[in-house]
Amino acid sequence: MTTVAEQTVVEATMTEAETVMRDRFVDTAYELLAEDPRTAVVLADISADSFSEASRRHPDRVVNVGIREQLMVGVAGGLALAGLRPVVHTYAPFLVERAYEQIKLDLDHQDVTAVLVSVGASYDRPEAGRTHLSPADVALIDTLHGWTVHVPGHPDEVPPLLRAAVAGDGAVYLRLSTMANSRPYGGDGSLRVVRDAGPGAPLLVAVGPLLDESLAAVAGRDVTVAYTHRPRPFDTAGLRALAGTEVILVEPYLAGTSSRMVSEALADRPHRLLALGVGRQDLRRYGTADDHSRWHGLDAAGLRRSVDAFLG
Amino acid sequence: MSFNLQANGMTVTIASAPVVPGPVAPLLRRAAAAQEDDFGPNVYSTIDVLWVLYDRILRISPDRPDDPDRDRFLLSKGHAVAGYYAVLAAKGFIPPEWLDDAYGPASRLGGHPDRVLVPGVEIGAGSLGHGLGLGVGTVLGLRAQGLLTPRVYVLLGDAELDEGSNHEAIAYAGATGLAGLTGIVVDNRSATHGWPGGIATRFTVNGWRASTVDGNDHDALYAALTGHDHHRPHVVVAVVGEKE
Repeated sequence: MTTVAEQTVVEATMTEAETVMRDRFVDTAYELLAEDPRTAVVLADISADSFSEASRRHPDRVVNVGIREQLMVGVAGGLALAGLRPVVHTYAPFLVERAYEQIKLDLDHQDVTAVLVSVGASYDRPEAGRTHLSPADVALIDTLHGWTVHVPGHPDEVPPLLRAAVAGDGAVYLRLSTMANSRPYGGDGSLRVVRDAGPGAPLLVAVGPLLDESLAAVAGRDVTVAYTHRPRPFDTAGLRALAGTEVILVEPYLAGTSSRMVSEALADRPHRLLALGVGRQDLRRYGTADDHSRWHGLDAAGLRRSVDAFLG
Repeated sequence: MSFNLQANGMTVTIASAPVVPGPVAPLLRRAAAAQEDDFGPNVYSTIDVLWVLYDRILRISPDRPDDPDRDRFLLSKGHAVAGYYAVLAAKGFIPPEWLDDAYGPASRLGGHPDRVLVPGVEIGAGSLGHGLGLGVGTVLGLRAQGLLTPRVYVLLGDAELDEGSNHEAIAYAGATGLAGLTGIVVDNRSATHGWPGGIATRFTVNGWRASTVDGNDHDALYAALTGHDHHRPHVVVAVVGEKE
């Protein structure tokens, strides 16, 4: 069967970090299936092997539709209409970009919700090329109303985020990545000050796995650094409390995705904003994730160059 | 009129011009008056199957619109809305007065139905090719809760089948023997490139049971719509006049 062959290739090429974050998701979803009869998992072949035991135990609530992403999200909408809590999982570009209209209509417009969980964030699999890159996913979700977006920065942040998402009844996008910080920060998603340079200092907000690089980038500069794994809803109250005149956003997806949140939150104050993230251009290059971080200026040295140019 | 269906060589004879079912006719006229217009062919192509479903098949009641054990009717071709609203009014799901300002700024009745705004409407539809996937998920969700009595009916058009999303659902439902699902395709031969070999074959090749009937013949529709078995999904192709 071609699906199995393709999937084997996909899984064989996953890096250790990706497997770690994804495995935390799979293990937690397995527990949730056993704990809550409302929980259902909808797959489109990706990670299906990892859910084989869950599928054996809960054949009615682990649904693998094959390589059919439109159907995957449509089925999630139907499950939710029938009263279940669907967790929908595949590669980010296929989950959010390919099935965008199903997310908009089969979930949102039906007034039902699901928990979408992606792997393959931004340039997690650069050797696969443009088709498997998805820097625009958070921006696309952000065109919709009322979604919570979690971008965990460490595998240990994944289980509590998934548990809270499934226990609630909101629309949630949980974006897993191969990139990670050296330690988890957790919290409820409100801005958490990791480095305090005092009142009025420039504020750098690092989202998810870009915190470590951000901290390294501002070493020796008076910059306050705050962390969040929850870009939506963005902690605007926390931003107003922490921000002086200069704000720097560092996001591991499309540059500028959260610019509007900062602009709206600080609309009554003179301020300057530097929004860093992944560029729009198809680079047509392979290499490693570290290569792409460097090319998009999201490694410590690149971030430092941008921050220095911005702050003078 | 008669149409030769290439799929199986059978001929479905459409005996007479469509007549709007008695209880629905005044309500449909009321909605037409609000629109200061007559309705397009899509309304008349669908009104008979809607009436047979609501009058004789669906286990639903306006008194218990959220009953978990109810049948579900999903109108996927959401533009066939005037007849749908008229039938919902005839069956007590919405007040007939709502028809008088349909599509207006204060109306709950739009050019495509919205499940949040209209009692009895199971899905919001308009963009084609969404109902069958939602229907597959609904059957799975009911089954996972042990609700095996309710049936899920999804109404599509032959041109709507152009959308590839339908074929994802057709293949999956057939492969997994999703017995709680009935698809209904109103065939007025409006698909631009047609369906050589017939519509029913798209389903039967994937393991569905299929019935093809005169879409204006109420008894034939009833027989077809109750002709499912218990181990595979069922499709009823309701043949009506061309572009009717």
